[in-house]
Amino acid sequence: MQKSKVGLDFEKVEYARGIAKKIADQVQDFVGNYTTVAVERTLCRLLGIDGIDSNEVPLPNVVVDELKSKGVLSQGVMFFMGNAVIETGLAPQTIAEQISEGKLDITKLPVHPRAEIEKALQPTINATIERIRGNRLRRENYIKTIGEGSKPYLYIIVATGNIYEDVVQAQAGARQGADIIAVIRTTGQSLLDYVPYGATTEGFGGTFATQENFRIMRKALDEVGEEVGRYIRLCNYCSGLCMPEIAAMGALEGLDVMLNDALYGILFRDINMQRTLIDQYISRIINGFAGVIINTGEDNYLTTADAYEEAHTVLASDLINEQLALLAGLPEEQMGLGHAFEMDPMLENGFLYELAQAQMIREIFPKAPLKYMPPTKFMTGNIFRGHIQDALFNMIGIWTHQGLQLLGMPTEAIHTPFMSDRYLSIENAKYIFGNMKSIGDEVEFKDGGIIKNRAKEVLDNATTLLENMQKEGLFDALEKGIFANVKRPKNGGKGLDGVTEKGENYFNPFVELMKGKK
Amino acid sequence: MSEGLYSMEAKDFDKTLDLTKIKPYGDTMNDGKTQVSFTLPVPEGDEAIEAAKQLMKKMGFENPLVVYTKQLTEGFTFFNCYGSCTHTVDYSSIYVPKVESTKMDMHECDEYIRENIGRKIVIVGASTGTDAHTVGIDAIMNMKGYAGHYGLERYDMIDAYNLGSQVPNEEFIAKGIELHADALIVSQTVTQKDIHIKNLTELVEMLEAEGLRDKVILICGGPRISHELAKELGYDAGFGVNTYADDEASFIAQEMVKRGWK
Repeated sequence: MQKSKVGLDFEKVEYARGIAKKIADQVQDFVGNYTTVAVERTLCRLLGIDGIDSNEVPLPNVVVDELKSKGVLSQGVMFFMGNAVIETGLAPQTIAEQISEGKLDITKLPVHPRAEIEKALQPTINATIERIRGNRLRRENYIKTIGEGSKPYLYIIVATGNIYEDVVQAQAGARQGADIIAVIRTTGQSLLDYVPYGATTEGFGGTFATQENFRIMRKALDEVGEEVGRYIRLCNYCSGLCMPEIAAMGALEGLDVMLNDALYGILFRDINMQRTLIDQYISRIINGFAGVIINTGEDNYLTTADAYEEAHTVLASDLINEQLALLAGLPEEQMGLGHAFEMDPMLENGFLYELAQAQMIREIFPKAPLKYMPPTKFMTGNIFRGHIQDALFNMIGIWTHQGLQLLGMPTEAIHTPFMSDRYLSIENAKYIFGNMKSIGDEVEFKDGGIIKNRAKEVLDNATTLLENMQKEGLFDALEKGIFANVKRPKNGGKGLDGVTEKGENYFNPFVELMKGKK
Repeated sequence: MSEGLYSMEAKDFDKTLDLTKIKPYGDTMNDGKTQVSFTLPVPEGDEAIEAAKQLMKKMGFENPLVVYTKQLTEGFTFFNCYGSCTHTVDYSSIYVPKVESTKMDMHECDEYIRENIGRKIVIVGASTGTDAHTVGIDAIMNMKGYAGHYGLERYDMIDAYNLGSQVPNEEFIAKGIELHADALIVSQTVTQKDIHIKNLTELVEMLEAEGLRDKVILICGGPRISHELAKELGYDAGFGVNTYADDEASFIAQEMVKRGWK
């Protein structure tokens, strides 16, 4: 039996985990019967369909919109595309181009037997699977040969809006010691129901996630990784209305980390819950197969609600995210479950509460590369105090063996980071990680003290919350605002019209080929 | 590079405070001492330090001192500098437009509304446009509030509706009409490339086009918003850093009374 430093009762933990599993199973019963426009566009991309038409509409959208407007989306892209390959002898990309030019209607072709359709797509499917597997092996080989940073990985963001300027910032960050570079997306991309195309140089508060931008940054990080003798991971955002498409693009271009939360879009972007839960399932299957570490967004609960009072919602959400990820075949070693250091700095003994919670999460998810988020809500523009808040955050990161330390910036709440802000933050983290390296192995906490009591309290409250959610079922619980005090109707929010029940001809061989596989 | 613990510079300047000619204060009146940090796109070295010093002089600093340098990546050097500012400002002639209302706390505000308006006032808030940040509007609207200042939802005499983030201006106005809003509060956090200006201006223009501008009290807030900027854009008031729900509630209540709204 694992020994807990914060006095956790692991039987209670397993009880809570069991409830989360029941909640996730109920969701899965629904998810399995549906597809979405985003999932179908993902399949287009996995069949090698890329590019845009003369109006700059991405071809995956052209194909899927065509099926949707003909009312046959429920049969799925694979069925029509495979059938068209047999009829025309053309590759899916050429077929998509012909659809966009109005030269071909793939819904009007004579229908071939299912086995033949599947066979016709097999070479394309195999090539995609091999490409993604190749990217995974490439990463593993890099880590074996040039190595990687030690945990907690130093995670920084770049957000200039211009991918070429991002490259300069990212390479500078890597030279200063960063292990993970996240390219923040432009404001509003999560609500676009398509993925823009090509290299981009204009964005607001971030840079468009496009496949070409992924490629440019991957190449830049490989270059700098070889130079500094450390594999540099690339992170992007697999959320919003194009969640599974971004997962596919990341898998094809060798991304390493993806923000990928099951509930975040529902609660914070008002994306329809059915849509998001179907999309997250497929996206996580892909991320799992590609060896991508997913990051969940629990830190966001605490920017809205109070970090002390609502700490249990973070744990409850982590447990649900864990179970939904397991159902998609994503291994624990790739679960960057989220939590955050967001208490009011004026709260007496706040550091002890933060420490208790971070250690508790560490012990509840022992294999997960936890993603620990820095203070943001109480960063004020006083950069000098902000630097100290970040230092306290870094102490807990090394103390409790976090996996991914998202570095706070002294200039948080002022601007997207300057090159020098990142340097100061990395210096801060490296100093503390070295100077306090083994503190977690040396210090124990007293029985009945503040830290042990806090861990117990948070686990108990999370368990009660999960019990309530299970009673209602996740969909109803979200409708009633049981979670995070945000009410979301089952048939409200953005993207519901992109949800379709699967028809009799529907098939998606990638689930079988990727789920839980390497 | 530092010159040691004690400054040996002669202090042969006038040390009396003159509000028509103020300059930064380090530890002696009129010493002009200022700390500055920046990055130059050049490699670290003596030439870089000289470049930083020359730049400091052009910025108006005497005796520029480069106390720390660090090459951030090839071709970029970070500097921490000190210098004595030569410029002065006439403080006595400064005029800054301010929100003209008396700040009341939550209870005083509720009482004021009860006595002077006699009904609940309706306030609708949102982070509009593509701005995905809810932190500002939540700090003002949510029950819990921020930094010890309760949010508008907790006020007895206020019906507060928080529409969240990424609310299009059209939708924001429609909701305002539907709820019979007395006041609209817009939060803008993202300010890259002045997107907030564009968005805030659009809202005013749309309200004017619909003939609604005079029927609501229109307020904007955010870390880069000042009252002056807000007035310039056609808002009734703007609230920047270090302002809270009680600042906005006080302003709205008093403005309604001023306009004779019941």
